[in-house]
Amino acid sequence: MHKIWLITKREYLSRVQKKTFIIMTILGPLLIALFYGIIIGLTVTQKTSEKTRIVAVVDKSGLFKNQLKNPNKVQFVYTEDDTSKNGLDLSGWLLIPNDFTLEEPKEVVFKSDETPPIELQGKLTDALESAVNNQKLVQKGVSKDFLDSLKVTVPLKTLEINETGDLVDSRAEVNFVLAFLFAFIIYIFIFLYGVQVMRGVMEEKTNRIVEIIISSVKPFQLMMGKILGIAMVGLTQFLIWVVLSGVMVGLVSLVFATNMVEMSGEMTKSNNSQISSYGSIFDIFLGLNLGFYLIIFLFYFLFGYLLYSSMFAAIGSAVDSESDTQQFMIPVTMPLVISFVTGISVLSSDPNGSFAVFMSIFPLTSPIMMMVRLPFNPPDWELAISMISLVLTFVLFTWLAGRIYKVGILMMGKKPTYKQLFKWMLMK
Amino acid sequence: MAILQINEVSKFYATHKALDHVSLSVPEGSIYGLLGPNGAGKTSLIRILNQINIPDTGTIFFDNEALNSDHIYKIGYLPEERGLYKKQKVWDQMLYFGQLKGLSLADAKSRSEKWLIKFDLKEWKNKKVEELSKGMQQKVQFIITVLHEPKLLILDEPFTGFDPINAELLKEEIKALKKQGTTILYSTHRMESVEEICDHICLINKSRKILDGSVKEIKIANSKNQFELIYEGNLPNWVEQLSSEKVEDGYTKIVFKVDNMKRSEIIKQLANEVNIWSFREIVPSIHQIFIDKVQEVNHA
Repeated sequence: MHKIWLITKREYLSRVQKKTFIIMTILGPLLIALFYGIIIGLTVTQKTSEKTRIVAVVDKSGLFKNQLKNPNKVQFVYTEDDTSKNGLDLSGWLLIPNDFTLEEPKEVVFKSDETPPIELQGKLTDALESAVNNQKLVQKGVSKDFLDSLKVTVPLKTLEINETGDLVDSRAEVNFVLAFLFAFIIYIFIFLYGVQVMRGVMEEKTNRIVEIIISSVKPFQLMMGKILGIAMVGLTQFLIWVVLSGVMVGLVSLVFATNMVEMSGEMTKSNNSQISSYGSIFDIFLGLNLGFYLIIFLFYFLFGYLLYSSMFAAIGSAVDSESDTQQFMIPVTMPLVISFVTGISVLSSDPNGSFAVFMSIFPLTSPIMMMVRLPFNPPDWELAISMISLVLTFVLFTWLAGRIYKVGILMMGKKPTYKQLFKWMLMK
Repeated sequence: MAILQINEVSKFYATHKALDHVSLSVPEGSIYGLLGPNGAGKTSLIRILNQINIPDTGTIFFDNEALNSDHIYKIGYLPEERGLYKKQKVWDQMLYFGQLKGLSLADAKSRSEKWLIKFDLKEWKNKKVEELSKGMQQKVQFIITVLHEPKLLILDEPFTGFDPINAELLKEEIKALKKQGTTILYSTHRMESVEEICDHICLINKSRKILDGSVKEIKIANSKNQFELIYEGNLPNWVEQLSSEKVEDGYTKIVFKVDNMKRSEIIKQLANEVNIWSFREIVPSIHQIFIDKVQEVNHA
């Protein structure tokens, strides 16, 4: 144990003291903050600066005069002239043909100098359709007052039945974001640091240090020390990023806070139900059992990395150069890539379906898939089986990888085949 | 007293035999030459002694105990293929390897300090290994091997890659360590330095031991009873000449062979007949014995 500790310490310190580590660790959150800053900045300026579009209605049918309701940020003006702008800043002309009837609506043309935004097209058809509907209803004797009273918004709130039978807020949006974030971090972490394990093993092999070390420690101790040391580097970097990103994002948000308030004030006027649902997202976020999530996250984060990095170590030991790694990298990383890609689609379609359940228990995909499913409350037994099988697979794979590693680090020359790797596993 | 006793050790790989029932005994305090051509099995044996590999059959005793994992602290190993962490500082590297060999941090520090002064590397201690010249890196490599003061020092082709100055330094260090009681197992396929350094040798070829013993014994055992004589006068009939050439002032140099006769007797009889200028036995060099034996086996 003492030796593993010595090796872990060396691996950790030699990486953490590197200039590139220090730069990346500080630059990382800065880049993230910059990224958020630009996005928030763009959104805010766009929302506040969006002007009201004026649309000229040339109604040859005579059905729509003063019947069209102005949608948000659109104003209709009625005219006979479909060519001149009459000094107005017109976005375009809405041409309604004279044979347009309520029973047989004909094609309506929107003519403009530039391609109209999709959003505007939607608003125009909505306005036209509801005007036709209303007129039909009026024809059938429905009173205008009654029609106006029909305009109601029904806010939809989704509730989930929890284990104790109580109803709790369903947290679809927050869950989605959280699940994606967790899975993404694990995915990136395994790739970044798994490859570092592989490079470290190759460095020792090609620099011929390895024989000196394994005359003092067992190859397995060397491998584990390296894997653990690099895991600690990853955790350190991750924690620094979390803290720094928090501070940075906080600062950026503060800068734009005034704009945000302005924006939400406007939203309140136009759409009351929406703003209230935004409000409740924050309530949910704060009310989440974050401690539990974090523990589960750290578990999959660590064991997922440990499982994969032992395979990366075996690859590193088997080859002499970086270019030879590709052939072995692809099959090893395949489950990871698949689970990440399918994870996103599962997330939006069926997080508790049988496919998702299988993938979240299968150890090579579970670190990502279970994190994706976690916010959707998978049953405890599934979580337990998933965690146990991950740990057992980790032990098995590390043992097998250790056997390949032991032979591989002293083998120079030709790149081995899969058959040879398999033989190495069985060697004494 | 043997510090290392190897009995009937064999090691097989899938396609070939690396060691075939090799037995040998390394006397404590000696410099023991493990000789053999490339691929003879020397490195396989050394890896077994360092417990990197396990023999398929046979037993090994170190200091009269069956070889076990505690012994790695008493063995120092300089592999043929060696290297250092290029990006790590000399000092950190020395402490790291010292501790891996079981030294406490304090011991590793005080011993490293001494060696750095001895090898004139003190001002390089906080430099990265890649900033050092090749020769200095070799010194660091050697320090790392002996820092824990091993009882048995295994050197696999130690002079490979060393420049002549450092090779000389290394040779002196090896002799100095021997004086302090360290046993040295010196593996090589180069014969130049063997006679100068080694007390005992063992010759391995094609995974088998073909000869071992003290250098003196081996030379005597392999002597061909040939002598060189420079003389003036008429030779007696019993002298079986192998070659002959005239040298200055009427003297002749011959090589001859005599079996079953003591050297003192030969000289006595010759002195009665001729005027002797010089007489010496032709002793085979270890190099010659090595080549003869290897060819003998290869032709068998």
